[in-house]
Amino acid sequence: MAVSDTPATIDRTQARERAAEFLQRRHRFQPAEALPWLIAIAAYFIFPDRMTFGSQVLIMIMFALSLDLILGYAGIVTLGHAAFFGIGAYTVGLGAARLGWTEPISGLFAAAIVSAFVGFITGWFLLRYRGLTLLMLTLATAIMLQEAGNLRSDFTGGYDGLPGLAFQPLLGLFDYDLYGRANYIYALLALAVVFYFVRRIVYSPFGQALTGIRENVRRMHAVGSPVHRRLVTVYTIAAGIAGIAGGLFTQTNAYVTLTVFDFNYSATVMVMLILGGTGRLYGAFLGATVYMVLEDKLSKLSPTFWQFGIGLLLVLAVLFARRGLLGLLEDASKYWSKNKKVKP
Amino acid sequence: MPHFAIIAVSILFDGLAYAMFLFITSVGLSVTMGLMGFVNLAHGAFAMAGGYVVVTLTRNFGIGFIPSLAIAAVVVGAVSVVFERGLYRRLYKATDLEQVLLTIGLAFMAIATATYFYGPIPKSVPLPLWLQGDINLGFRSFPSYRAFLIAVGAVLISVLWYAFERTNIGAKIRAAVDNRRMAESVGINVDLLFTLTFAVGSGLAALGGGLAIQLFGLSPNFAVLYLVLFLVVVAVGGLGSLKGTLLAALVLGVFDTAGKYLLADAGGFFIYAVTVVVLLIKPAGFYGRE
Repeated sequence: MAVSDTPATIDRTQARERAAEFLQRRHRFQPAEALPWLIAIAAYFIFPDRMTFGSQVLIMIMFALSLDLILGYAGIVTLGHAAFFGIGAYTVGLGAARLGWTEPISGLFAAAIVSAFVGFITGWFLLRYRGLTLLMLTLATAIMLQEAGNLRSDFTGGYDGLPGLAFQPLLGLFDYDLYGRANYIYALLALAVVFYFVRRIVYSPFGQALTGIRENVRRMHAVGSPVHRRLVTVYTIAAGIAGIAGGLFTQTNAYVTLTVFDFNYSATVMVMLILGGTGRLYGAFLGATVYMVLEDKLSKLSPTFWQFGIGLLLVLAVLFARRGLLGLLEDASKYWSKNKKVKP
Repeated sequence: MPHFAIIAVSILFDGLAYAMFLFITSVGLSVTMGLMGFVNLAHGAFAMAGGYVVVTLTRNFGIGFIPSLAIAAVVVGAVSVVFERGLYRRLYKATDLEQVLLTIGLAFMAIATATYFYGPIPKSVPLPLWLQGDINLGFRSFPSYRAFLIAVGAVLISVLWYAFERTNIGAKIRAAVDNRRMAESVGINVDLLFTLTFAVGSGLAALGGGLAIQLFGLSPNFAVLYLVLFLVVVAVGGLGSLKGTLLAALVLGVFDTAGKYLLADAGGFFIYAVTVVVLLIKPAGFYGRE
């Protein structure tokens, strides 16, 4: 009797198949996932004169998505994620201003590569630490980059920034128009590509290992998972994506200043992600959109009340809705379906 | 006296004054973080609140600068107990992230409230005459306000050292920082101890905020602007260590001042470079427990 025929092995094969099927089912694209993309396309036709704002929303979604990879999936709490956004923004900005590199798409690739490289170097050093030490080290990294940029303000333009950057038309065909429509489509396509990539990562075995590290790092060490290497890898990828978002920011605004490295920026993107819900991909979409639209409406009325409101929202979210807006929606739909079952 | 010696003395003097401000404001944060492991990003907001209380008392009520400082410390310390009992308490067992979010939220609300009542323009404070001039030591004159700051710092360090090392409550706090469970099981009421240290720490932060007005001016952004520095001092010094906080404040204060004297363009680069180097070598800070 061959070893593979024992009942235990058959059980194990079946279990493995069941598990594989479960994972595949979870990873299949669901109809509801088309919704944010349909809304984004619809927005193009409904608000044709707000496309500049629209592309800013898309950029922040991409930035929040990159944070979701490390914060939501791998559980790395960082206060310096703006560092990579800033590096991407300055790679494109300095490339255009100092080297005359004005081709937009290759500029984004350059932004991704430079940011990912810095992410790899800093991540390799910093990700051995946890808790307050890690918070401080990530924060200090972002501020040091900002100060370094200010030190060489002859080269970087300092806090006055690099204004009036000009970029070539996209693919040599679509020029930037006054209403930013070409920019919107460009940002949307870039976001779609990045999102597909992130989604693949999250549902891959690598993504599962990251979730494992978030949930119980000791156990992952115990089962022999190379924790540090995995964390550095995901940190590098997230840095690259944040860099792409930064590059897009420079290209669509045609200027960039050192404020992109601000602590406020790191905090804002975290607030967006928390508001939407961490570790669920679409939390970044919902959170960034809600935050940006509210900010757009309310800060015009009174910036002070807006700041108070966002603070209050954070406190309430931590106390009552720890899984964000998407978590609230899930709870509501569960409650709804339960009530239906009871009634019939 | 040779030129470089004068510069060195100036750096030491200004650095020391700056270090005293950092120590007074950060020491409470260090002890409360060491006790409960609570990441309190609203600590800067308490310092800012103290500053505004001082501004209001001196400008609107005509109370002197020194009594105003004392009143601000007591008032803010008392108010902080309400926050600790009402909000912080719920999150002691929560993750770092949730504590960060709650306290950032509180800091945002504090900044907005201060902007609403006092406006975004930096405030100054009227000083008594004896704090306005310079003290001449022959080779160089020093601003008497900075000398006053150093004196206040020295007095507070002695008082805190005595309270920490020589009193019953100090021994209990040290025991709880070392091992909270053990301290609880021998009958120390760590909850109450924490409320007490939180109040004292916030009161000291308020005092620091009041003392800082003359140095940096006071605007609502104070709550976040200097928060990073307080956290850096706490992290570099090691959580819950009085000695560590003092050493970190001295090292960072002198380094930052030296950087600004010798290489003005570099701004805050040095203080963060020192931080990163120290934390890479000693992740738990100078006197922290690994």
